[in-house]
Amino acid sequence: MFLLTLLLIPVIAAILLLFVHKQATINAITIGASLLVLSIAIVILNVNAADFDEQWLPLLNSRFVLHTDGLAKLLVLLTAISFPAIFIATQKNETSQKNIFNSLLLFTQAGLLGVFLTADALAFYFFWELALIPVYFLCSIWGGEKRIAVTFKFFIYTFLGSLFMLIGIVYLYMHTADHSFAIKALLESRLTATQQNSVFALFFLAFAIKMPIFPLHTWQPDAYEQSPTSVTMVLSAVMVKMGLYGVIRWLIPLFPIAFAGHANLVITLSVIGIIYASFIAIRQDDLKRLIAYSSIAHIGLMNAALFTQKQIGAQGVLIQLFSHGINVLGLWIIADIIEQQTGTRSMKAMGGLAKKQPTLAILLVGFAFANIALPLTNAFVGEFLMFNALFQFNVWMAALAGVSVILAAIYTLNMVQKVAYGEVGDLMQKMNTPSKQAQWVLMILLAIVFITGVYPQFLFTITADTLQQMFVK
Amino acid sequence: MKIIIAFIILWPLAGFLFNGLGRNIWSKKTIAYKATGYILCSFIMSILAFINVQEQGALTVHYFDFINTASLKIPFDFRVDALSSLFLLVITGVGTLIHLYSTAYMDSEEAPHYARYFAYLNLFIFSMLLLVLGDNYVIMFIGWEGVGLCSYLLIGYWFTNATYNYAAKKAFVMNRIGDLGFLLAIFWLVVKLGTVSYGTVLTAESLAKLSTADITAITLLLFVGAMGKSAQIPLYTWLPDAMAGPTPVSALIHAATMVTAGIYMITRSNILFSASEFTQHVVAIVGISTALLAATIAIKQNDIKKVLAYSTVSQLGYMFLGLGVGAYSGAVFHVITHAFFKALLFLGAGSVIHAMHHEQDIRKMGGLKSKLPITHITFLIGCIAIAGVPPFSGFFSKDEILAAAFAKSPIYWVLGVIGAAMTAFYMFRLYATTFLGQFRGTQEQEHHLHESPTAMTLPLILLAVASAIAGAIGVPELMGGHHWLSHQLVSIVGESHEAHLSATTEWILMAVSVVIAIIALLIALSIYRKKADGEVQTPLGKFLYNKWYIDELYDNIIVNPLHKLAGFLKEVVEKNVIDGLVNGTGKFVQYSARKVRLIQSGQVGYYILWMVLSIVLLFLLWFNDLSILTFLFKLTPKS
Repeated sequence: MFLLTLLLIPVIAAILLLFVHKQATINAITIGASLLVLSIAIVILNVNAADFDEQWLPLLNSRFVLHTDGLAKLLVLLTAISFPAIFIATQKNETSQKNIFNSLLLFTQAGLLGVFLTADALAFYFFWELALIPVYFLCSIWGGEKRIAVTFKFFIYTFLGSLFMLIGIVYLYMHTADHSFAIKALLESRLTATQQNSVFALFFLAFAIKMPIFPLHTWQPDAYEQSPTSVTMVLSAVMVKMGLYGVIRWLIPLFPIAFAGHANLVITLSVIGIIYASFIAIRQDDLKRLIAYSSIAHIGLMNAALFTQKQIGAQGVLIQLFSHGINVLGLWIIADIIEQQTGTRSMKAMGGLAKKQPTLAILLVGFAFANIALPLTNAFVGEFLMFNALFQFNVWMAALAGVSVILAAIYTLNMVQKVAYGEVGDLMQKMNTPSKQAQWVLMILLAIVFITGVYPQFLFTITADTLQQMFVK
Repeated sequence: MKIIIAFIILWPLAGFLFNGLGRNIWSKKTIAYKATGYILCSFIMSILAFINVQEQGALTVHYFDFINTASLKIPFDFRVDALSSLFLLVITGVGTLIHLYSTAYMDSEEAPHYARYFAYLNLFIFSMLLLVLGDNYVIMFIGWEGVGLCSYLLIGYWFTNATYNYAAKKAFVMNRIGDLGFLLAIFWLVVKLGTVSYGTVLTAESLAKLSTADITAITLLLFVGAMGKSAQIPLYTWLPDAMAGPTPVSALIHAATMVTAGIYMITRSNILFSASEFTQHVVAIVGISTALLAATIAIKQNDIKKVLAYSTVSQLGYMFLGLGVGAYSGAVFHVITHAFFKALLFLGAGSVIHAMHHEQDIRKMGGLKSKLPITHITFLIGCIAIAGVPPFSGFFSKDEILAAAFAKSPIYWVLGVIGAAMTAFYMFRLYATTFLGQFRGTQEQEHHLHESPTAMTLPLILLAVASAIAGAIGVPELMGGHHWLSHQLVSIVGESHEAHLSATTEWILMAVSVVIAIIALLIALSIYRKKADGEVQTPLGKFLYNKWYIDELYDNIIVNPLHKLAGFLKEVVEKNVIDGLVNGTGKFVQYSARKVRLIQSGQVGYYILWMVLSIVLLFLLWFNDLSILTFLFKLTPKS
């Protein structure tokens, strides 16, 4: 039951919101519900919540099973941290029909939590789409100028991926002994190498689009740029993790042969993507697009590390899933504050933040250095382990991907320089002190950056059981 | 002891947090007292640690596990031994003096910025201590990147100035290139040995597990890291630009401590480096080349800090020459003496700049001798020390490196002596142009000329004393000394790796290099005693004045092409090729849809039918599998 409340709270709050129109009440309900989810997420870190298992679609023999392990706990925690952080930091933003906006976001949260918790393939697909569809409405109604075209592309792209996955799921279902979608049953359906390859391709396409992996990434910078920033935050901090999560939860255990067989191809694509995205990030003038490309590079590294099939790499990925979410969230919140107040995302028009709003500039520099994985920030530990795995897999791949360490420094410091340094520009003159709440959120996130960077053992401990399942047969 | 050692780094960390978080709260006096006081506390703790090493030998302390996974364990351990305890003393000792000096030098800054400055400076000391205290390469790397961060922050301290920001970014990025090498070396160690702790890696057993190729690769990669941090060819161009930072920063970070991190790293790993003949040659050649290149550039510079910057690059080159020929303790010796006299020279330069109201061009100075007596005399001592005139400290350390170089190959020695002559020349050119002759600045400046306050002159005096006498820790046996330093470092670098020269040869070498240096400095004095350099006329002069056009070369062959490549990827590949394909597919589908839209009847039932049929078809084609039909059959409601 306990796990079910995680899903029920956002859903109930979302429905409730549809009937509320007072700003203060809307904020209270949204933030209250998301904080409640956060507290439950923290509780289940320490207490092993019992599985929730109920009959769902008897006709298809699909059950509604919620189960936690280290991976699920960590991603639930990330989701649970992200949403209140987003709600609190952006609560002052002017949004038309805010109740519906927030309601849709909460539905997304329920979908995301479901994706991370469910142990049934059909339910997984259900939640996967549940998380996507509200985002479609959020972007197409509240997005920027080019929202219609961009959202359409984003939706078709990811929806196409999901459809392929659905076909794969159905195929697996038919190869289980008792026609079931339960992950346990799926694991027992021993597929031949050829069968594995076929289904692997279907699943991986869905995940690769979601992450995204080069060259399937072009929907992402557009979508990040055009979405309202709170939606971008959800997409980038949490939703892209669905792809990597899918690889760990479904691909690796279900298709071990195909997984190993495609390692070279996937890693090559990922490494190309890392360098490619980093280069493009160097030339971005739009703050949101810069973060988007930077994120593509980081996710590419995580995917490459997973496919090395090295324990050390998987460990790195497991903690980086969390750390990347925190870092990118911090950057987005700052980008949003600047855009809200100056009305621009063009870095050429910025400059002087450090003089005008020193506190915000310090926070920006903090997250910027976490973004380039400076030691004692959270990202260092993950990247260190992941590069190690890549190095064990292939020295030259690691060296090539390692160039991104330099490129990341270039584009991130470019950003800091253009946004924060120099004399105060005309637009920056408009910057007021960000709200106390937003500052607190950023400070807490930055504290997480350093705490998990100095003492990452906490994250290792949470994910130990997942790692063991992956590598000790 | 464990707690004392922890406090060595906790004091500066506390200072960083105190001033960083309270930058809007504290008065400048509080900020200055705390920042300097905390480093002084750290210095006292370092002395205790040093005494402990003298009495009880090396010590490793464990705090917690930084990374502890099934496949890799990296403990957060510190090691205090002969090598690290020496570095501790230099870092915190010189660090305290420079903090003290900064309290006066930065006095014109407003309180929040004053606090920011000291917070960065404290953070730097913290990172640098972490670098030398760590008991494994990962902790060293943490400090390594940490000092890079602080260097970046301090170079760009005056952040409204675009040139300074650019210099800061350049420093960080060039250091990152080196850091990548360092990282790859760490990965190599992890793969081959499964650990990065010194206690396991730097042993004969581990050495036996590594092939010669492994060792060469690891040491070369480590050296790439050292090139970045210690400004060696080809990664040295950031250091002269780094002079954009406040002058005390140049003294502390870009002369006395951070840039010697590469020497520390190689000395720490000497057992690996000694095992690869090839790497040693590379280190020695890069070292001597850098020493000579930078010295030639220094001869023609007119910015007081730029001369010192190139001089630093050049002296670091000497240290690498020492490392390359196996004179590890000689290199460390030079690190220590250089820390004193170069910090002294930079602080002296700062005092001059302070007095001259931020004028840095030596052609506009001259005759400062009488106006700034303390600065003058201490600066002169620094010049004598770096020129290698006995019995000042630089003589002993440089001589040790040169003697070892001769033993390896006389060519190294000849080149080294040429470099030493240039060193003496450009330093006394600098000295004479600045302090002798007539004052060439404006009347306004002359009117305001004044000696700096005690907070600035006291560090100058102390450092001058140290520069004069620090040679005493390494007086060679030849001169009746017993070389305390090399005995100290036996536990780290083993018995001397250098081939032994006969006493006569050593005396002759020493005499030759000293005489040449003295001649060079006298020539410089006689030329520049009266007048400064005019406009550069000769082609060679221009070439040197423009620093061999190395920056332009890098821009043209590396920076610009990469910038263009990035633009090409962004504008052409991303927009037209990849996204073009995606959009093309979309358009194709739309086009076909127009053709087949006749089947759109508006009845939802038909849509579903089409969808199911397509999925079934896909299934049949993709999997070549008929079981989908049974599945559908099962779904059909049974009547």
